[in-house]
Amino acid sequence: MEIPYIVQPREDTGLYNAKVGIWLFLASEVMLFGALFSSYILLRVGAEVGTWPHGLLNIPIGTLNTIVLITSSVTVVLAWASLKMNRLGRFRLFQTGTVLLAMTFVVIKSFEYHDKFTHYEVVLKNSTSMTGHIEGSPMFWNLQKLNAGKIESFTFHPDAHQAGHPDNRAEAGETKGAHEAIKIATADITKLESYGPWHNTYLAIYFTLTGLHALHVIAGALVIGCILATSGAWWKRDPERLTNRVEVSGLFWHFVDLVWIFLFPVLYLL
Amino acid sequence: MQPTSKTHAVHPEVHHHEEPGFLQKYVFSTDHKIIGIQYGVTALMFLFIGYSLMAMMRWQMAYPGKPLPIVGGLLERILGDEAAGGVMSGNLYNAFGAMHGTIMVFLAIVPLAFAAFGNFVVPLQIGAPDMAYPRINMVSYQCYVVGGIIMLVSFFIPGGAAQAGWTSYVPLATVIATTGQTFWIVGMIFLITSSLLGAVNFLGTIIQLRAPGMTWMRLPFFVWAQFVTAFLLLLAFPPLEAAAVMQLMDKVAGTSFFYPTGLVVTGKLAAVSGGGSPLLWQHLFWFLGHPEVYVLILPAMGIVCEVLCNNTRKPIWGYRSLVYSVLAIGFLSMIVWAHHMYLTGMGTAISTFFQTTTMIISIPSVIILSVFFISLWGGSIRFNTPMLFALAFLPMFGIGGLTGLPLGFNFSDIALHDTYYVIAHFHYVVAPGTIFGLFAGIYYWFPKATGRMMNEFWGRVHFWLSLIFMNLVFQPMFAQGMAGMLRRMSDGGAYYSVRTNPGIPGALSDSIIYSNVTISHAAWALGLAQIPFIINFFWSMKNGQKIASDNPWEATTLEWQTPTPPPHGNFAKPIAVHRGPYEYSVPGHALDFVPQSEA
Amino acid sequence: MSDNHAHDVKKDVKKYLAVFGALLLGTVLTVGAYYLHFTSVTVTITIALFIASVKGFLVAGYFMHLMSERKMIYGIMVATVFFFAGLMYLTVWSMEPTSLIHFKHVP
Repeated sequence: MEIPYIVQPREDTGLYNAKVGIWLFLASEVMLFGALFSSYILLRVGAEVGTWPHGLLNIPIGTLNTIVLITSSVTVVLAWASLKMNRLGRFRLFQTGTVLLAMTFVVIKSFEYHDKFTHYEVVLKNSTSMTGHIEGSPMFWNLQKLNAGKIESFTFHPDAHQAGHPDNRAEAGETKGAHEAIKIATADITKLESYGPWHNTYLAIYFTLTGLHALHVIAGALVIGCILATSGAWWKRDPERLTNRVEVSGLFWHFVDLVWIFLFPVLYLL
Repeated sequence: MQPTSKTHAVHPEVHHHEEPGFLQKYVFSTDHKIIGIQYGVTALMFLFIGYSLMAMMRWQMAYPGKPLPIVGGLLERILGDEAAGGVMSGNLYNAFGAMHGTIMVFLAIVPLAFAAFGNFVVPLQIGAPDMAYPRINMVSYQCYVVGGIIMLVSFFIPGGAAQAGWTSYVPLATVIATTGQTFWIVGMIFLITSSLLGAVNFLGTIIQLRAPGMTWMRLPFFVWAQFVTAFLLLLAFPPLEAAAVMQLMDKVAGTSFFYPTGLVVTGKLAAVSGGGSPLLWQHLFWFLGHPEVYVLILPAMGIVCEVLCNNTRKPIWGYRSLVYSVLAIGFLSMIVWAHHMYLTGMGTAISTFFQTTTMIISIPSVIILSVFFISLWGGSIRFNTPMLFALAFLPMFGIGGLTGLPLGFNFSDIALHDTYYVIAHFHYVVAPGTIFGLFAGIYYWFPKATGRMMNEFWGRVHFWLSLIFMNLVFQPMFAQGMAGMLRRMSDGGAYYSVRTNPGIPGALSDSIIYSNVTISHAAWALGLAQIPFIINFFWSMKNGQKIASDNPWEATTLEWQTPTPPPHGNFAKPIAVHRGPYEYSVPGHALDFVPQSEA
Repeated sequence: MSDNHAHDVKKDVKKYLAVFGALLLGTVLTVGAYYLHFTSVTVTITIALFIASVKGFLVAGYFMHLMSERKMIYGIMVATVFFFAGLMYLTVWSMEPTSLIHFKHVP
């Protein structure tokens, strides 16, 4: 006996097997991201007044990424609709668009991450602290690395507005070099830390949420890409099954978009 | 054999393949029955390993500071300093304790109860040819094995295995200088993934692949139990996965999800950003942790129902009550979790909320137990081995459940939290509770899988010895807990004994401390009592009494309508269901049972 | 559901494009609301989450065809959302009495 309802839907549920499977999986993903969102709320509400950072993320870039992802959601559903209308060429066009948009999203995200990894807080022995970028944009420098690499000093470009000041929403930390570049000697430093997830809980939850989301974007794009690459053969062999696969991978993709729709305002705007 | 055509739905015969090789058939199988057996054998191995860890811990508790007999030398050679002179160090005790819990819950009971029995039986009982997603089924087993290997390997790395309890509370878990904790987290991520994939499979299968005529209210209760269990796994595990990732980042990436500001570790301020919350871990852990315990018990309840009906030769009394109760348990189990956290400083309003939901959840549990008891009335009871275990389940689960009530009330929990009372409570539910249900299932379905019966005499020996020793192990622990003996003390509470430290507050009396000795001896005897079972299990596969028919228990459910063992694809032709699952002693029928598929 | 004929799907395409427009508009509104700098934190959060929820509903309802699915999927997602809400709300509520949390002073 073969497994039924792989392609044809079952009457009482109106669903074929893969569709039930993907919705169940998405339910678990809602709980996964939900736990991270709950953690975000808890950490934020629990933070000491005035310590929760603002303006660390670039809003125009985030908005661009939002539009990229929303557009990819449209191309994915139009790709499926094209298959339903028997237009394989149209399907390929839209789905290629989806994959390209996904890659764009990831590239933009990696620029954002790079910007954080090359952004530093330096605390000097005289108790002053500054935030800014280091000449040459190295990543993940800290005091240990400076000592290990025998780097005695470096050029530092302080930010125009120093981060951590609660009245500097939207401007803090993002502009380079509006202050004079200064030389800092390693001997004067007590702490040098990049803006990675270790820097504060906001960045910790930011990197975890967006990192996990980006992994989902990559995984989804890979699956969509694989289905696209093999679509010619499947269209000939079993067009309905191909359409179902496109629909199921599309459902996953919409979910990824949905998560971002909530991530963007929560992390960038609030 | 005819070659297959493209439209498979038209040809009802079994799919024609080249006969698959050993690897394809047994190692990389996608057949739910093989995967079920794979899960079963692996889980029983882990059950044995988990038991062994505890057996060694019990030595330390009964005779603190004395070298372990037999295995002491071996431990010293393998683990070095932590077992110097064959004596278990405090760290080693903690590692064994943490891993005993982890292995028993995640590597033994859940895979056995949910994945092994579920995989083998559910598709058969609903009349399906296999699970809905066979390849995902195979992957979920492989993830389980990888997770298990990672957990076992962690014993042998420098620093040893995880030592912060199966609950891995932070900041202790992240501060301990062993990579064992990291292994634990990575292992958990694999195990959680395995469970999630399995949950999707079970739900998809039950929703989509029920045979024609198998309506929801004609499902055997075992399938309902697995259905709710799968939902709990699906929705409750992901928050723990998220939390595990966060704890991993705290450990290796220096984040402060769970590190509070100002944490001092061995005299120095921790070099982290702070701002985190240790309670966040506890919430996310117990959000899974509580539904997890229902995952542990529900499949066993399902098995007990099957065995009870079959061996009383009458339908279950209150099928609908069972179904609504198990659905209620599933729903409620997701909103009671903070009763594990009463002592974390939460306010009275919120702890009252959780106390209320905890009290309410006891109602459907009692209903289920009552349904089982009432169903015995007027039955024509056959006292075979599966039935003995199923019958014993009832009072044992009763004790376990009732002793949970003082823990569920926040005021009484103040005295009992983290004492041996808790250990006694949950072990009663899982050990003479779930494990007895699983034993019943093994004896019951063994003939379907192998075509032979297990030996009845040795089955009874196994039963009586297990029952007696289980009670001797766990019953005294209630008294120990009420006397104030705390959990996870590597010397078995000797430091607090009246004898060594007479003035100490909360001193434990001689008889309480001496109970450690009796409990340990009973625990070792319990282990010995499993030997007849293990021998019986393997011996009967080749030499057990061959069954005369495909339905040796004269049961009504669909799995007994297949050939023995069921072939690939299960049913020779599509099967249709015409009646409910427990039509025993139906008036006017020649036999005292009517299979579900009979028109 | 998978029996849509070509012309039904063509109508759906128009719906998808309309939803796309609505999503873009929603994005613009969210970012615009941010730049308006409301003084009350509650208002800011409410507006942001409200717009996000509407966008989410559009994606789930139309792109994911949730509107045309039958009870089974609907039921699964409703239950999930309920438990997600429970996790969030109960976790935060349970932290309230400890001295770290000041609901009035969300930064």
